[in-house]
Formats: sequence, C-alpha cells, structure tokens
Amino acid sequence: MLTGIATLTVLALAFGLGLGWAGIRLRVRADPVAERIDALLPQTQCGQCDFSGCRPYAEAIAKTEADINQCPPGGAAGIRALADLLGCQAKPLNPDNGEEKPKTLVVIDEQHCIGCTLCIQACPVDAIVGASKLMHTVIESECTGCNLCLPPCPVDCIDVLEIATGISQWRSPRPLALAAAQ
Amino acid sequence: MNYTDPIQVARDAGKHTHHFHGGLRLRHNKRISCGIPVERPALPEILAVPLLQHLGGDVAEPLVKAGDRVLKGQQIGRCEPCPVVHAPTSGTVEAVEDRLMTHITGMTGPCVVIRPDGKEQWVELEPISDVQNASPDTLINQLQECGLVGLGGAVFPTHIKALDGREKRIHTLILNGAECEPYISCDEMLMREQPDKIVLGARILRRALGAERVVIAIEDQMGAVREALTYAADCAECKSVKVVKVTKIYPEGGERQLIQVLTGLEVPFGGRPTDLGLLVQNVATAAAFAEAVTEGKPLIERYVTVTGNGISQPRNLLALIGTPFSHLVKACGGYTEDVARLVVGGPLMGYPVSSDATPMVKAANCILALTQRDIAAPQAEMPCIRCGECSRACPATLLPQQLHLQIKHGLWDEATEYGLTACIECGCCDIVCPSHIPLVDWFRYGKGELRQRAAEAQASDLARKRFEAREARLLRTKQERAEDMALRKQMLKDKATREGRAKKTNGDPADA
Repeated sequence: MLTGIATLTVLALAFGLGLGWAGIRLRVRADPVAERIDALLPQTQCGQCDFSGCRPYAEAIAKTEADINQCPPGGAAGIRALADLLGCQAKPLNPDNGEEKPKTLVVIDEQHCIGCTLCIQACPVDAIVGASKLMHTVIESECTGCNLCLPPCPVDCIDVLEIATGISQWRSPRPLALAAAQ
Repeated sequence: MNYTDPIQVARDAGKHTHHFHGGLRLRHNKRISCGIPVERPALPEILAVPLLQHLGGDVAEPLVKAGDRVLKGQQIGRCEPCPVVHAPTSGTVEAVEDRLMTHITGMTGPCVVIRPDGKEQWVELEPISDVQNASPDTLINQLQECGLVGLGGAVFPTHIKALDGREKRIHTLILNGAECEPYISCDEMLMREQPDKIVLGARILRRALGAERVVIAIEDQMGAVREALTYAADCAECKSVKVVKVTKIYPEGGERQLIQVLTGLEVPFGGRPTDLGLLVQNVATAAAFAEAVTEGKPLIERYVTVTGNGISQPRNLLALIGTPFSHLVKACGGYTEDVARLVVGGPLMGYPVSSDATPMVKAANCILALTQRDIAAPQAEMPCIRCGECSRACPATLLPQQLHLQIKHGLWDEATEYGLTACIECGCCDIVCPSHIPLVDWFRYGKGELRQRAAEAQASDLARKRFEAREARLLRTKQERAEDMALRKQMLKDKATREGRAKKTNGDPADA
C-alpha cells in the first residue's frame, strides 16, 4: 500500500517536473494559427482590412479580434479558404473594407515625378526605388498592387495599370457543360 | 532482387522494343498526303512572321522597322536567351505590328510583316567551316543563331535543351520520327526525301551533345523510310547511328512514351529524360541543324502537311514561316465544298483556328481541314460512371476520372498529388469516355490553374519577405533614433552639469 502511494507520488512528481520544463523550454514562440492564416492571405499589404499589413490582420483573426471577411484582394476565394481553416461559416466580403477587384500594378510617370520620396515611404514592400529630387520608378515584379502610393503623391504622377494579358499569360478556361441532350 | 542502374539500362535503348501503358490504335489517314513529292509553293503576297515562336521566355525584340529592306535569312528579332527569328525571304518590311497569331485563342501578337520582292536574295550566311573540329559550344551557339526549336510541335528552344543535355552528360540521343498522330505525315516525307540530312544532323548533334550513340525511331508502317534511313546511315562515320522501328500505337511519338518503348523505363515523375541519360529531338530538328551547320541556313521554312477531307489535293509543302494558311491551301488546290473547320496540328492534339489568315509558324506541322462529316456532333456531357476506361487508355498511367473530379471541385493539392502535371494532353481519355466528358479540356484548365496558383504563391512569398524586412528595418531605425536621442539628451545633461560645476568653481563674474 505504502509502496504504491510512494511510487505514484514519485512518478507524478517526475512527470509534473518534465511537463513543467517542457512548458517553459519548448514553448512555441510564434502563434501557429496566425502563421497559417497569414499563409492564406494574399500579402498585398494594402491595409484595406484596417490593419497595417497582412501579418497583423492574421494575428488579429487568430485572437478573434477581427472578422475573416475584411480582405478585398483575397476576395470570396480567400474568405472561403479562411473559413475552411478556422472551421467557421464563410460570409460575403465586408463592403466597408472595399470590393474585390482584379490585381493591378502602378507605374510612375517619370516625366512628372519631382522626386519627393513620399511614395517610397508609403510602399509597404519597398517596391519603389529612387532618391530625393531624383526620378522614382516602380519595380514591376515586386509591386503588389496595394495602391498605397497613390494618396501621398503631390503631383499625381502615379497611374494604375491593368496587368497585361497576352498570349504568354493566357490560361485555358474552365470547360462549360454542354446543354443536356435535345 | 537485382538492382540495375536505370542509366545503364537506358544505354541499351532500341535493342528491344517494349510497350507503354494504354494508348490507342487509330486509323492513321496518312496515305492521302504522301502521294506527291514535297515542293515549295510560290511566294505569297505578304508574310507575317510572329516574334514569339518558341515555348517559354519572352517575345523577341524586333531588329527592323517599317520601310526597312530585309534579305532572306536576315535576323529580324532576337532576345536572350531565346532563338533568333529570321526573315523568310527578301523584301520590304511593311510594318511591325500586332497581327493574328497561330494560337488557340486567335489573339494578336507582335509580327514583322514583310512584302516579298520576289528576288529571294540571301543574306551572307555563316556556316561552320570546319565541322569536324568545331567545339561543342560553337555548334550549340549555332542552334540559337539559326533559330532552332523543337519541330515536333512543342517548339522548345533546342540550344537550351542541348546545353542541359551536355551538362547532364547524356549518353544517347534519340531522334523522334515516330509521328503517331493521324493525318500528319511531314516527318515521314522528310525522312523519305532527305534521309542524308537527318543522319548528318544527328551525327553533328551527337557530337555537340557529347553523346555516344544515336537512335532514330520510326514507325513500323513507314515502309520506304526505313530503307532510306538505313541506306543513309550506312557509312563508316555512321556506326553510332541506329534505326529502330516501333509499333504504331498512339501516342508513342510522345517523348516519355517513346523512351518507354525503346528502353522499357519510365522517365521519373517530375524528372526529365536527361535523368536517364537520354535526350529526344525531332528528326526535322536534326535536318534543320544539318542545314544550319553546313550551309549556315537559319530555320525559315519547314515541312508542313496540308491535309484532310476539306482539301482538294492533300499533300506536304515546304512552307516559309509567315505564309498565311490560305496561301498554302491554295497551293493544294483549295478547299472542297463541304469544308467546315480548320485545325492546326493533328485531330487529337491540334486546335481549331478561326481564320485562314493565320500565319505559318515553326510549331505548325499540319494544317488539317475537316468536313462536317469528320467532326463528331458535340455530345451532351453525362455524369462519370466510373467505368475506368480512361485510366486503361492513359499512356501516362494517371487516373483521369479522379483528376476530373478533383479539378471540378477545386481540390488542387489532391490533383497535384495525383499527377495532373504529368498529363500529356494526348486525348486518349477523351476518345474512350462513354459519358463524353471533355477530360482534356478539364486537364488543360487545371494545369493553367496550378501554374497560376504557383505563380501567386511565389509572388505572395516575395511580398511577405519584403514586408517583413521593411518592418524590421523601420523598427531598427526607430530604435536607433531613440538611442541617438537618449544619447544626445545625456550629453546635453552632462554638458549642463559640467558647465554648472565650472561656474561654481570659477565663480560667476557677474556675482563678483
């Protein structure tokens, strides 16, 4: 009887200590849920969700401080993916955050750029190069189409472009079901 | 079990023939276009040469502008590292503008429009003078300079494939003369008429690649071709060249299927033939290479089959790149009365075009005019009954029924896992499906979607990295500024106390 109690106490202590140690030493620093939500977001970093970027929005969703329907670039497909991940109901995009639009690019009209560097500071992904009083230009392959550089421009020399759809970008469409037999 | 190295097994390519999974025996309809010797049609009134004629990469930059005079074989477009585009004849450049391209969508794209002057005046060609002693790099460079692409239909730049092959130290070059799709007979005619050129091209290409031997694969139903090629390959320097007949089952002309027939090995999923030490080129590419090396002649014309029940006199032509299809059809006696559809490529893998003003390109091996009788009435799609016929016919050993459902329901991870990217779009599953499901259309859509998703994932990863780097930088500068500020405050404070102390020790002159 006594040996039994002693053995169990020792075991309980050992496991308790082990778990306590593991709880401190092996703690996962980053929030794994936020990480997975972040992977589903489009990384436009446009701030239309009322957060400063995709990562902060993902963290807010993980803490249930934000809803899943605040990301216009992700659109309906993005909301569905988030709903699947979090096991909740998909809902339509919140119109307060904006509407779903095809991805665009910005181009600086280099004739009119005065080199004020305001757009460089606004770009969330450092996709604009240039220096004070020198012409600026957008690195096309790195522009996410967030349009955050548009409001600060004092001379309105930034244009939004549709992404070109030439033969190289063409994709086979989804087959349509033929109407049932006559 | 005895483990044998697949590369060693692949060295025996062509010793025995093997079978691949699935495939179909189709009525080949090739005879109708093989009766007349190949000729060059008369010069057309106008030629529109598209600047994008290879797979992947960018559109070539035009080197000429409207009003320029060009000579036959002159470079008119280039970009690195894609194959060069050449003027097919001498004449005047009328425009460099967007014109109808040879594409399934009928989109327009940049073309150089040339009005021939009828003189056919050649630019000064630069052949490789000493072929025997030319370095492999010189030979491979000649591939790019002469604008060579895979002429089997995929138009992958040959010099890129060759460089990759050299790097991977391939041992066998396979020349693909197994033209398996019905109606198409341009390679057969080429092998009949120019076997010497093919064998010569094969020998030079073998040397450029550093391979040990060449296997030329032809179909067992090409009677005269075997004789012609064997005769051409019967010389002291041709010991390394071997002609092999393979059984005609569609699609044995596919790169992976042909390798399986010749070696019994499957190219690993996601891998390439070079992993087995093999490299496959079309016979027409080899012939074009022989011309490029010995004469310096760029790829400005190719054999094309103009055939089908909608053509009066089906035959093969040696057509200049940029010739409108209508001109080629005219050279074959025009259309019959009941022509209904014009297809580029064969009946299985080809695609319909809306206009016969479409220009000839390096990729076009066949122009097929079908009549209403040839075209099966579109059948209403019925639900999949899971009969499994499609997986029995699939030469890539996929499960088309499963992939179809996965694509339909957007299960992209599953579709990738089931090998959607390994589909060669041969159309066998389409033909056998009793429910008339357009499976290949679904797979084309699915593959496009997968590519798009991969590109988006890459872009968003890049954006995430850049955003995080920027956040880290902003934080760092903020901290540095705060530290700087604190330091300055401290210095001011120190200075103030120092001055205060100095005042006390020296005494204030004002107080004195």
